[in-house]
Amino acid sequence: MRVLAAMSGGVDSAVAAARAVDAGHDVTGVHLALSRNPASYRSGARGCCTIEDSNDARRAADVIGIPFYVWDLSERFHEDVVENFLDTYAAGQTPNPCLRCNEKIKFAAVLERGLALGFDAVATGHYAVLREGADGVEMHRSVDAAKDQSYVLGVLDQHQLRHSLFPLGGSEKTDVRAEAAERGLLVADKPDSHDICFIADGDTGGWLREKLGERATHERGEIVDDATGEVLGQHAGSYGFTIGQRKGLRLGTPAPDGKPRFVLDIEPVSGTVRVGPRERLAVQRLTADKPRWCGAAPSGPLECTVQLRAHGEEHRAVVRVEGERVDVELLDHASGIAPGQAVVVYDATRVVGSATITATERVEASA
Amino acid sequence: MSEKRIVYLDHAATTPMVDAAIEAVTAHLRDGANASSLHASGRRARRVVEESRERVAQALDCRPGEVVFTSGGTEADNLAMKGIYCARHAADPRRARILTTAVEHHAVLDPLECLAEKHGANVELLPVDADGRLDLAVLRASVERDPSSIALVSVMWANNEVGTLQPVDEVVAVAAEHGIPVHSDAVQAVGAVPVSFARSGVDALTVSAHKVGGPLGVGALVVRRETDLQPLLHGGGQERDLRSGTLDVPGVAGFAAALELAVKQRSEAAEQRASLRQRLVAGVQAAVPDAVLNGPGPDSWHEQRLPGNVHLSFPGCEGDSLLMLLDARGIECSTGSACSAGVPQASHVLLAMGRDDDAARSSLRFTLGHTSTEADVDALSAAIAGCVERARAAKL
Repeated sequence: MRVLAAMSGGVDSAVAAARAVDAGHDVTGVHLALSRNPASYRSGARGCCTIEDSNDARRAADVIGIPFYVWDLSERFHEDVVENFLDTYAAGQTPNPCLRCNEKIKFAAVLERGLALGFDAVATGHYAVLREGADGVEMHRSVDAAKDQSYVLGVLDQHQLRHSLFPLGGSEKTDVRAEAAERGLLVADKPDSHDICFIADGDTGGWLREKLGERATHERGEIVDDATGEVLGQHAGSYGFTIGQRKGLRLGTPAPDGKPRFVLDIEPVSGTVRVGPRERLAVQRLTADKPRWCGAAPSGPLECTVQLRAHGEEHRAVVRVEGERVDVELLDHASGIAPGQAVVVYDATRVVGSATITATERVEASA
Repeated sequence: MSEKRIVYLDHAATTPMVDAAIEAVTAHLRDGANASSLHASGRRARRVVEESRERVAQALDCRPGEVVFTSGGTEADNLAMKGIYCARHAADPRRARILTTAVEHHAVLDPLECLAEKHGANVELLPVDADGRLDLAVLRASVERDPSSIALVSVMWANNEVGTLQPVDEVVAVAAEHGIPVHSDAVQAVGAVPVSFARSGVDALTVSAHKVGGPLGVGALVVRRETDLQPLLHGGGQERDLRSGTLDVPGVAGFAAALELAVKQRSEAAEQRASLRQRLVAGVQAAVPDAVLNGPGPDSWHEQRLPGNVHLSFPGCEGDSLLMLLDARGIECSTGSACSAGVPQASHVLLAMGRDDDAARSSLRFTLGHTSTEADVDALSAAIAGCVERARAAKL
């Protein structure tokens, strides 16, 4: 196969590219330039979007012995990922830009361009397993549970999966690092990337304040006790809050029972942030839209598990699908779930698909 | 993987070293002497440098004492821009304006941007016509508005992307009326069109070795003795105190050998390249009828364009995609666009010529040189249609 290896400049994508070569494929490396102003993105060892990262990717391609190019996807990334991230926060929801990037950039813009240029597949360093099943290509959780990235790949459909390669899915991260060192890849000990690549200093709240400040319909808002309606404090922009957040509320008066209070709800128009005790965060049901199925959509109620955030735990659930609407009944209650996040549906280790959470239903306080 | 034949059509980026230059460089690699040393070995090295300087001067029609060896074209451009501006501005603070064209190489534009940001220079980027040629009327008007406020005029001899020759004689005539010094970057022109420093009347001229078949990392600024110039590199006082640093004896020897040969064979080489250019444009346009030639066309290209330069837009394609597809077939060319901060930018030259962003991004530059053959050109003509078709399908 002719394979396009997306190379971030990190250790995983470098080893993935090398393994694709070993598997006998004709591999070409591409580094995706995602930032219109690389200096504004996370720099050094932690990111994937700087000139340094691009050079690391180029050197890895040299060592592996494959052609290498930089593709400029900065406009598409800005429109499809960064703007969407801002819009979602502005609407009082919590987005996951990594899923969005996989859906719109890596396995869409890059894949489609690659297919048109005569490539057969895109290889990445994601930790997930692809295997041929009865109804097409199945995606499963990776062998290394701590590194499993099937959650952020839950947006891929059958067409995208058919043209994807994840050469690391069967490996442990420590083995991948050792292999990188053996192969003479200088990125072997480069730290893993974390957080959001387009927020340079990792301060999401500060970044949102700067970007959304002029867009927000309100500059300030109230922090209200969900049970009593009492105004407990003021804040300088609701986009700084996420459901389930405890820190940074800066409430002067403690709760009567002395227990910590958490963000329960954010009203985007008024900017009101509702807070309450931990128990009130428990969610027993959620609805989601914009489903993306890896194969056929489930017909009839599906007893399965769901994952609600990256590296989050699994919850037993029953999923019912009606066209674009997905209802998830959580047999194991979840806590701190925010609209905008993705629910990824699993049948044992197999990813069934994903959808974007639109609403949650709390566990009613039992008498 | 079997070694495929490489079709190299990127001679404007660099051209393979000619045998004479390889021999000259290798002959001196073992000398192990510093041309500034006073002993016998030092004198031998110094002699190599000075003989090379004389050969360079002969080839460029200047005096040996006007040749300042540098690490290449970029350093020579920087030395001219910063050195002349700073000296002239210090002598008379009213001289803050620098006139140049919008299509200069970044080795000229970026030092000027630095002078504007940090040293109070007022840089005017003069417009060009659709072929990339400087509008002389605008130059004249700008000069005459206030000649005493101009520190320097810099106009390239030939454009590195589209090969357009600039009216250097006319520029010099306008500037000379007011005693304003003129610099010209002739990196692409030397060896392709006649370049005489003395007859041109320019005050400073940039030349690079590796563009004429010499080694990488060597070049020169030819500058009149009476031109006031501040050095960039201070140290041992080499090169008339204008450019300190131990001289690269093998490099300078290779530069002289290559330049001498390039100038000697220029007329013949130009004729051969022009004929290959004709064949290339005809072949590509036969395969891709809507490919658009940027820069002077067949009506005027004998007088107005470098003989080895072809620059084409392929509507509906990304130049990046095309380059990659051709590269996979062993055909090497350039998108001609500068890589700014890791992200490719649409060419400032094409934009200055009035082309839109899409046209600028859909372009490829093919440049011919001393190793080019009809077979190279025909290989491109045979491959281009299939690549264009794929690149169109791949456009984001």
